[in-house]
Amino acid sequence: MKILVCISNVPDTTTKVKFKEDNTLLDDSGIQWIINPWDELALTRALELKEDAGNSVNEVCVINVGGSLTEATLRKALAIGADKAIRIDACPSDAYHVAGQIAEYLKENVYDLIFSGIESSDYNGSSVGAMLAEFMNYSGISSVTNVNLDDDIVVSRAIPGGKQMIKTETPFVAIVQKGIAKEPRIPSMRGIMMARKKPLEVIPAAELPVLTQTVKFELPQAKGTCKMIDPEHVEQLVELLKNEAKVL
Amino acid sequence: MSVVAFAKNWNGKFKNSSYELVSYTKELANQMQTNLVIVSIGKITEEELNKLSQYGADRIISVNDARMNVLTSRVYAEVIAQIAKKESAELVVMTDNNSGKAIAPRVAVKLKAGMVAAVQELPVSIKPFVVKKQMFSGKTFGYVQINSAIRVLTLAKNCFGLVENPVECNIDISHPEVNTGLFKIQIISEEEQKNKVILTDADCVVSAGRGMRSPDNWRPVEELAEVLGAATACSRPVSDEGWRSHEEHVGQTGKVIAPNLYIAAGISGAIQHVAGISRSKCIVAINTDPEAPIFSVADYGIIGDVMDVLPRLTEAFRKSKS
Ligand SMILES: Cc1cc2nc3c(=O)[nH]c(=O)nc-3n(C[C@H](O)[C@H](O)[C@H](O)COP(=O)(O)OP(=O)(O)OC[C@H]3O[C@@H](n4cnc5c(N)ncnc54)[C@H](O)[C@@H]3O)c2cc1C
Ligand SMILES: Nc1ncnc2c1ncn2[C@@H]1O[C@H](COP(=O)(O)O)[C@@H](O)[C@H]1O
Repeated sequence: MKILVCISNVPDTTTKVKFKEDNTLLDDSGIQWIINPWDELALTRALELKEDAGNSVNEVCVINVGGSLTEATLRKALAIGADKAIRIDACPSDAYHVAGQIAEYLKENVYDLIFSGIESSDYNGSSVGAMLAEFMNYSGISSVTNVNLDDDIVVSRAIPGGKQMIKTETPFVAIVQKGIAKEPRIPSMRGIMMARKKPLEVIPAAELPVLTQTVKFELPQAKGTCKMIDPEHVEQLVELLKNEAKVL
Repeated sequence: MSVVAFAKNWNGKFKNSSYELVSYTKELANQMQTNLVIVSIGKITEEELNKLSQYGADRIISVNDARMNVLTSRVYAEVIAQIAKKESAELVVMTDNNSGKAIAPRVAVKLKAGMVAAVQELPVSIKPFVVKKQMFSGKTFGYVQINSAIRVLTLAKNCFGLVENPVECNIDISHPEVNTGLFKIQIISEEEQKNKVILTDADCVVSAGRGMRSPDNWRPVEELAEVLGAATACSRPVSDEGWRSHEEHVGQTGKVIAPNLYIAAGISGAIQHVAGISRSKCIVAINTDPEAPIFSVADYGIIGDVMDVLPRLTEAFRKSKS
């Protein structure tokens, strides 16, 4: 069985984002790039499934649609333990375009299980995983909190206020969220050395339309000052919530 | 031409988010000078459908098919895309909840439509079609232009609000053809906690962090939530430690919520936490540390010990109710 993990390359979550060219472009100076947190957890789960000998997973491949800048992130995924990495050389600005590129690759290269994250922490598009499933005409399971490949393939997913277990067949796309792995893995020294020898294949982009584009950014206005309430007189807060904020 | 909106029901009942979707798309259809078509899927009564007309739904297509009572994103996407084509939709909209997140991208692929998730307002312009949304987990806004002839949007919850706009309503019953192979997902078990306020739907949320110091100290949090009819939530370390269930974790790597009122008790307000709550209408923070970053995003703050302040608050809310 082969697993493909979609990796989105995003600024570290604590980065202070800045823009340039009249707020039309992200200013990437000084940004530390990381594997999107969800994808890092998905990769961790994929590696756990591979190590569990009963599961007969023989390959974990990571894929990214992006420019050469993202290779450092892919190398990190290799250092964590992926067997190989693919970079499709295109600018990842539109979800339809990105999912379409990955689908083109999948048509030529069969994978049984495809992981994607619920959303990228940069543009918060939350659509690539389900679009990919649709392009391939695969089942897609969203809000996935666990995947088990024991006798049957059983996927747990979160539903509002509860949990659901689904039996499924391959191939399918698992769109993962919290729970899929406990802690993301950190590359070991040995992993980093080995990653240098692992394949990182760059393939050209397919001709596909770009349907959306971010034309401008805007920083939110600073919030007004916080009104302080005396802890001895919390009834004032109740009053303010009722009559000023009008949220009760 | 038309705007097609998919109004999801839960076991045959709509929620506020369905009414908000209708309010939003009605206004949008007016702006675009076109008709609004509401799609409902699964078994539902005419009476329930009629509730949507209160918010401007003058035409509803009801796909009243019992096979579709269980939501399968592939099936729903197929049905919605078929209707969108038939109605020459320029725009398809649904709510940005779990099912919307799963269905909308599929509809977008079927219609070759550019998609933007979790928009918060009406478009800033129709020609070209530009919408505003939060990006970088709430750290900025971005304006996204959609260049395709058909577009797909999901609407973030609790941003637009409900707008009453009573109209006469026509209900068409439709039976689209769907390939039976698409129904094949097999649910083997389901657990649902009954009688619990669902966090992602809640108008009011009481949340607590490491400042509670021990899982044994949660009673005051639950009592306040009870008085307010609120859902309970927590920060990530609290759920990581197993003090509270993972269900309650909010933030960038947990749930993203937008209640009217969010009360943060003993939560420092780390950027990843704020990413999950910044769309709340009103934030109240309780913390012993006046320098805690949570106060820079809160509307109201109380400097004090949670174990002392929470019971006082519960008492004050209880009094104001009676
Ligand atoms: C990639 C990544 C993703 C993350 N995602 C999330 C996420 O989704 N959600 C999330 O919450 N965090 C997330 N975090 C963790 C986040 O950075 C913070 O560590 C976390 O939010 C802190 O939780 P806390 O506020 O409960 O605890 P602390 O930061 O320890 O804060 C406790 C607060 O309680 C106050 N306090 C102490 N005693 C009392 C008392 N008696 N009464 C009143 N106040 C008191 C303290 O002054 C302090 O401000 C993420 C981190 C990373 C790196
Ligand atoms: N450029 C990309 N290359 C590969 N995978 C991606 C890319 N962008 C998004 N994804 C995947 O799709 C998920 C959701 O991203 P998004 O739809 O951009 O919010 C991410 O968690 C990744 O798994």
